[in-house]
Amino acid sequence: MPMTVTEIRQGLAAGEFSSSEITRDYLARIAQHNPTLNCFISVTEALALDQARQADARLAQGKAGLLTGVPIAHKDLFCTDGVRTSCGSRILDNFVAPYDATVVERFRQTGAVMLGKTNMDEFAMGSSNENSHYGNVANPWKTTHVPGGSSGGSAAAVAAGLAAAATGTDTGGSIRQPAALCGVTGIKPTYGRVSRYGMIAFGSSLDQGGPFARSAADCALLLQAMAGFDGRDSTSSETDVPDYSASLEQGVEGLRIGLPKEYFAEGLDSRLAGVIDTAIDELRKLGADISEISLPNTGLSIPTYYVIAMAEASSNLSRFDGVRFGHRCANPVDLEDLYKRSRGEGFGEEVKRRILIGTYALSAGYYDAYYLKAQQLRRMIKDDFQKAFDSVDLILGPTTPEVAFAIGAKTDDPVSMYLQDIYTISLNLAGLPGMSLPAGFVDGLPVGIQLIANYFDEARLLQTAHQYQQVSDWHLQTPEAFS
Amino acid sequence: MTLKADDVRSIAHLARLHIDDDSVDRYVDDLSSILTLVDQMNQIDSSGVKPLANPLDASQRLRADEVTEGDQREKFQAIAPDVADGLYRVPRVIE
Amino acid sequence: MSTNLMNQWESVIGLEIHAQLATASKIFSGASTAYGAEPNTQACAVDLGMPGVLPVLNREAVRMAIRFGVAIDAVIDHQSIFARKNYFYPDLPKGYQISQFEHPIVGKGHIGISPAEGEHREIGITRAHLEEDAGKSTHDQFPEQSGIDLNRAGTPLLEIVSEPDMRSAKEAVAYARKIHSLVRYLEICDGNMQEGSFRCDANVSIRRKDDDRLGTRAELKNINSFRFLERAINYEIERQIDLVEDGGTVVQETRLYDSERDETRSMRSKEEANDYRYFPDPDLLPVAISDEDIAQIRAALPELPEQKKQRYIDDLGLSDYNAEQLTANRDTAVYFEAAYAEGDSAAAAQLANWILGDLAGALNKAGLDIVDSPISSPMLVQLVARIADNTISGKIAKQVFDAMWQGEGGADEIIETRGLRQITDSGAIETLIDEVIAANPDQVEQFRAGKEKVLGFFVGQVMNQSRGKANPGQVNTILRDKLK
Repeated sequence: MPMTVTEIRQGLAAGEFSSSEITRDYLARIAQHNPTLNCFISVTEALALDQARQADARLAQGKAGLLTGVPIAHKDLFCTDGVRTSCGSRILDNFVAPYDATVVERFRQTGAVMLGKTNMDEFAMGSSNENSHYGNVANPWKTTHVPGGSSGGSAAAVAAGLAAAATGTDTGGSIRQPAALCGVTGIKPTYGRVSRYGMIAFGSSLDQGGPFARSAADCALLLQAMAGFDGRDSTSSETDVPDYSASLEQGVEGLRIGLPKEYFAEGLDSRLAGVIDTAIDELRKLGADISEISLPNTGLSIPTYYVIAMAEASSNLSRFDGVRFGHRCANPVDLEDLYKRSRGEGFGEEVKRRILIGTYALSAGYYDAYYLKAQQLRRMIKDDFQKAFDSVDLILGPTTPEVAFAIGAKTDDPVSMYLQDIYTISLNLAGLPGMSLPAGFVDGLPVGIQLIANYFDEARLLQTAHQYQQVSDWHLQTPEAFS
Repeated sequence: MTLKADDVRSIAHLARLHIDDDSVDRYVDDLSSILTLVDQMNQIDSSGVKPLANPLDASQRLRADEVTEGDQREKFQAIAPDVADGLYRVPRVIE
Repeated sequence: MSTNLMNQWESVIGLEIHAQLATASKIFSGASTAYGAEPNTQACAVDLGMPGVLPVLNREAVRMAIRFGVAIDAVIDHQSIFARKNYFYPDLPKGYQISQFEHPIVGKGHIGISPAEGEHREIGITRAHLEEDAGKSTHDQFPEQSGIDLNRAGTPLLEIVSEPDMRSAKEAVAYARKIHSLVRYLEICDGNMQEGSFRCDANVSIRRKDDDRLGTRAELKNINSFRFLERAINYEIERQIDLVEDGGTVVQETRLYDSERDETRSMRSKEEANDYRYFPDPDLLPVAISDEDIAQIRAALPELPEQKKQRYIDDLGLSDYNAEQLTANRDTAVYFEAAYAEGDSAAAAQLANWILGDLAGALNKAGLDIVDSPISSPMLVQLVARIADNTISGKIAKQVFDAMWQGEGGADEIIETRGLRQITDSGAIETLIDEVIAANPDQVEQFRAGKEKVLGFFVGQVMNQSRGKANPGQVNTILRDKLK
């Protein structure tokens, strides 16, 4: 069974194995299983082995950092100096980033070993990882099914034990939803908690990086490495980063957990509701104080989110123009041809759809009806949460309305795909931290529960998840083919 | 809200996106159905609500006026599609 | 065109001035703003719009903009917002320019201009906002391609938008010069028009004199000197009047000024209606500006041209005209004050005359700015002092000035080596006069017969004999005495 980051750290510290040994193991597992799962776009074998050797030297000198020697993977949206950073797009297929994202730099400094770059929906636009230029990713629990998206490669890699942990980004659920669908633990921090510098932007006011791992305790370690102020990101928060691991062992007795009635209404698969009820019972047994709350504007979060995300994306993606980097069409006859064909050839269907909608929403005559309206609703959605947090410490609900669906099942209907994000996207609009952790299975596919905390209260999310994981073992399950 | 083929073409031009003629109809359908979803926003009266552009109620941090970046032209232009004499090249721009 | 026809029309002009702020680094990145570097060596990842990079605002750019706002007595809101202006162009790496739309940093203000001596007009300033400059395209380096240099991309700009308050090219130039002078006084822009640090676009429209509605305007671009600004506007006014008189209509468009042909022409490439899709830039948060910030900046303002001018009139007794001329350009005022500080109050008028007369003339002829003057402030002080202490006459002083201009050294050195010291020894002057009187008995007779005019002849002769060095006052007195 694949090890947790916590176990790897212990094993490395105790000299039970070296980083080079386990890195080679992971690389071998990737070589064996990636053809089936397709969760890696690039495998950086030489770099990984080199970093592992350096990590072993550091360990030997007693100078180990938090994650020294731990083999991880980065979503292929974090820029990696000297390594192709494709963002799942043809337009960046030839883009070797000339610098490191802050997150990548921080992992490098702490001594983590990078195994490679994981597959994703193109420019993080998707909920199934079917929108990648590099092909879809298979769900390790059932390879005919999607792993979720957009960070599907990272979630699948961790679930199948092809990396001890992985980074992801979450604009509308892109960490939590694939974590739920692949049966791993993932956290989207508060907006501003993790630097966005070097994270290729989708929706700048929504995007936030975070980790996938096999437990809440592992997530605490990874988030510790990622979080913190960065002078290169104007939206980065100067709020102090607590020691996330230190508070894990605190119990949940007396913790007030609210269940939004809108999250348990029509649309949620009743079998998932049953799994979630069982998890709620566990938390109640641990002493949590469970009550019902209301987030009345939940239904509006989808249109609100898509207007804002697409508007921001349409502008963010203008820099991909075939002039300074990335794909350029052959023999452009003039400047307009260069722009239109380079972008037309470089972007996939879903990205084009979103650029078009976003462009439309911002254009003269529609700005007030769409963008401004969405920003007003955004405040109303945020206010709903603020009101809820007056009476509860945490909010709990499903991460997704259903378990992983079959590859191709929703590709013809973008709107039905967008509805997958109903429980996750309102957090991004509000900028709140959220987490998904495994709570059971339906049809042999994992079910995730989502925890939502107030701003910068990631410690409470991790602690609650960890306490639940002390009395459950859903997070430790591995699909048979990969155990 | 439904769009017409010409709307899609003019938006695509604004976004400098080439769209094949035979896929215009599909975009018309897809974009129209997304706009129908988006139009749900109008069910709510939000008059008087202050727009929220950024989730954090924070102010812009200001940077000291210092030169911290050196010349990395060689590295940056190594990934460029067409450069000469240190310049990025594009089809002739007529002004 | 007949003056009559022109008189039926009124031109309405507004200016958009782009002043590059004199920061060391760019508005959103740590790359240098220095002019003239090798192409793309000062374009960092942020300036290039690389994937994933983010802007961080330069404090100094904000302070400079506020300094300008305070100087024009403008409204400054407590919150200022950056917005994206979306359009595709190769010199615009991100496909959007970070600019300001709603909530610009500087709101409504005003500035006074003097289009001619004795005239005064207040010109309204609608707003001034911060934005990033674009890169530069070159079109003549490659046979079929344009080359893009992004060194300039991200240089901070203050775009100063005036109300359409000007009614002639002359007024527009007076306004532009006034803003130019102000930004240099404030030390927020070097004002170098050749290098593009200070650029003017003019919105020009015409209307019949009895009409108070605004006509359709044309935007004139590519104007890189005040002289061209005047010519471009005048050309455009005439073009529009001719067009309308011939039954045509003015279309709203961008027109490029061609200084070689002295005409404006339509920019076809930008004809397409722009839809910039402005929206608040989610990568930047609202800039908070407190009353304390503004008060602090106000307190630290340097003396502005208007105040300086008043001081010159009140304390130094300069004429209104000279005070205006000396303060119109900050460098001239700096030159004058450096000279004045070393001289005394009585010398102020003399210095002003030399600076605005001979020096300005020589600089103009040589095409030099006053900061590059071969005659420094202390050199001019010495020259003026030598006139005051009677070492040389005003006439000889012009010789000394020319020699200083040619680089022959300071005034004292030149007076010494050329032997130009004025002859003030009465004995020596008397000897000269005696010689002249002895050589011209006829003229002596004439004078004594009452022909006063002949005195001039004697003065001229004596000065000639002394090669200009005799003190003219003394020559006059002694001559009259001897001729009695």
